[in-house]
Amino acid sequence: MTQSASTGQNVRHSELGLSDEQAIDMYATMVTARKFDERMLLLQRAGKINFHVSGVGQEVAQVAAAFALDRETDYYLPYYRDYGFVLAVGMTLRDLLLSVFAKAEDPNSGGRQMPGHFGSKKLRIVTGSSPVTTQVPHAVGIALAAKMKKKELVTFVTFGEGSSNQGDFHEGCNFAGVHKLPVIFMCENNQYAISVPIHKQLSGKVADRALGYGFPGLQVDGNDALEVFRVVKEARERAIAGEGPTLIEALMYRISPHSTSDNDLAYRTKEEVDLNRAKDGIPKYKQYLIDSGIWNEEQEAELQAQIRKLLDEATAYGDNAPFPTPESTLLHVYADDAEQGGKQ
Amino acid sequence: MPVIEYIDAIRQAMKEEMERDEDVFVLGEDVGLKGGVFTTTKGLQEQFGEQRVLDTPLAESAIAGVAIGAAMYGMKPIAEMQYSDFMFPATNQIISEAAKIRYRSNNDWTCPIVIRAPIGGGIFGGLYHSQCPESVFFGTPGIKIVAPYRAYDAKGLLKAAVRDPDPVIFFENKKCYKLILGDVPDEEYIVPIGKANVLREGDDITVISYSMPLHFIEQAAAELANEGISAHILDLRTLQPLDKEGILEAVRKTGKVLIIHEDNKTGGVGAEVSAIIAEELLYELDAPIMRLCGPDVPAMPINPPGEKFFLLNKEKVKEAMRQLALY
Repeated sequence: MTQSASTGQNVRHSELGLSDEQAIDMYATMVTARKFDERMLLLQRAGKINFHVSGVGQEVAQVAAAFALDRETDYYLPYYRDYGFVLAVGMTLRDLLLSVFAKAEDPNSGGRQMPGHFGSKKLRIVTGSSPVTTQVPHAVGIALAAKMKKKELVTFVTFGEGSSNQGDFHEGCNFAGVHKLPVIFMCENNQYAISVPIHKQLSGKVADRALGYGFPGLQVDGNDALEVFRVVKEARERAIAGEGPTLIEALMYRISPHSTSDNDLAYRTKEEVDLNRAKDGIPKYKQYLIDSGIWNEEQEAELQAQIRKLLDEATAYGDNAPFPTPESTLLHVYADDAEQGGKQ
Repeated sequence: MPVIEYIDAIRQAMKEEMERDEDVFVLGEDVGLKGGVFTTTKGLQEQFGEQRVLDTPLAESAIAGVAIGAAMYGMKPIAEMQYSDFMFPATNQIISEAAKIRYRSNNDWTCPIVIRAPIGGGIFGGLYHSQCPESVFFGTPGIKIVAPYRAYDAKGLLKAAVRDPDPVIFFENKKCYKLILGDVPDEEYIVPIGKANVLREGDDITVISYSMPLHFIEQAAAELANEGISAHILDLRTLQPLDKEGILEAVRKTGKVLIIHEDNKTGGVGAEVSAIIAEELLYELDAPIMRLCGPDVPAMPINPPGEKFFLLNKEKVKEAMRQLALY
């Protein structure tokens, strides 16, 4: 996998500033996220874990966006389907499996939160909750702080199109627009808020709302990795140049049910799901890499085997790791735990 | 020792904390050029600039949420809610986010914000400019709540709140702003969060309260002393975490306790104080625990007889204290 291997007609990734290694790494991360998701479904069905909420169909945009950010300085406020995103900014499969099994060593929450509620100060992944969209004003606040401290960074926040109807979305966007803050808002429009389809949620486009906030808003094909990379990269350049926020609406489709507790065929047809599965961005991007001459089926098989091995190891590690002690439930309410009112 | 207004004490605390630490900043509606609708932040923007005394869009959830984000980055924001009646849109940010950030991240992320909000009636504010929403936030672990009644505590508690590593709601009483003057030393001091304060030593009855009603209680106690009734008065100062030891000690002093607050009775802070006393000291009591609180109506009306009916005053407090003493 060297630079010189890029001999094909497709040089779009090079034009966008991605090396062959990065282009391949991006692909490997998407596939890792997909395989993670599939494994979680199996674990749930096998009764090993209670619950899984899926990100299948959204990995391409998540990973491509992450690669367009500065992964040394930027702050991230992902939402609960962003496995691909957090893997791309440094979280490991082991970290995710520790969270899935709710073990003490889980870096996200020490086994306290549901899986998909990411957080790691070291990786600048800002801790999140379940009431949707609360992270949007937080992204704005971190951008405001960075501006006050004259630090060159952007905050990147994601949410579903369902979340775009919450007041916190509007309040956060408006605040960021008024103060021209370095925030990238990326809506992962997967067409469904659990069972409610897009036409019952929105009568216009999410991206168009940016007009009212005084900054650019654009739609992008979330299955087109390099196009997502391009728009996020440009949004970051604008933010760093002091030109303010950008709203990106990445169009995609939630191929899986909402969660393992959801029967999606009660509100959508198999035909519709199959039609969208055919538009999946991962095989499309793989084909691009093959056409570029930097990927082949032999490498693919190697990658698949490697991911499988990592997943096996991470699953075993997470499964065998100790739970938090029951008494640790009382810790970290305040900096000084003696101040906890409820502590006996 | 200089005598200053309660509102000046709040302003001084912000000014001194902003001079001490450049990460401290104020944000809210009208806090900048105007200096706040009550003048609480007057002069701060002139001294510290537009960035550190930030006029925000009219959107309380964003005021709280943006402050939370900045705090997670390492800043020390003081977010102002213009009236506590208007902080309900920010309740999700306060309860689901600020209160849980340390806990849910297993001590990885922290949220050292201060939320200042004026409480209380007596200004002809009607239903939505008069409320005492303490009980909405009280009982939510992860947040601290303070409610000073005099200038000295307002300054010392606000400074403590700014320096606290966890989120603190600072309920300042808007009736006290200009009405209450008090000694505030020139030298630096802090009033620790979590410590109640004995305002008056007495032997016959114990009165436990916080915020504005304490002024009525102090006046009533002075008058009752002439009738031979000796009242012991405890200012909770911090509502969360409650100073359990301070409460029990004050009750042991007399064996009779009256709990007073302007917030309505049902589910109020007084209910918890009462439960603590009942759990620990039931057999040491010489009278049933008594409460005097706002009535259980949604909020106080704006018409003067209605507002007067709703609110506590010296006479109501004195009567309740006398009744308990005579029990």
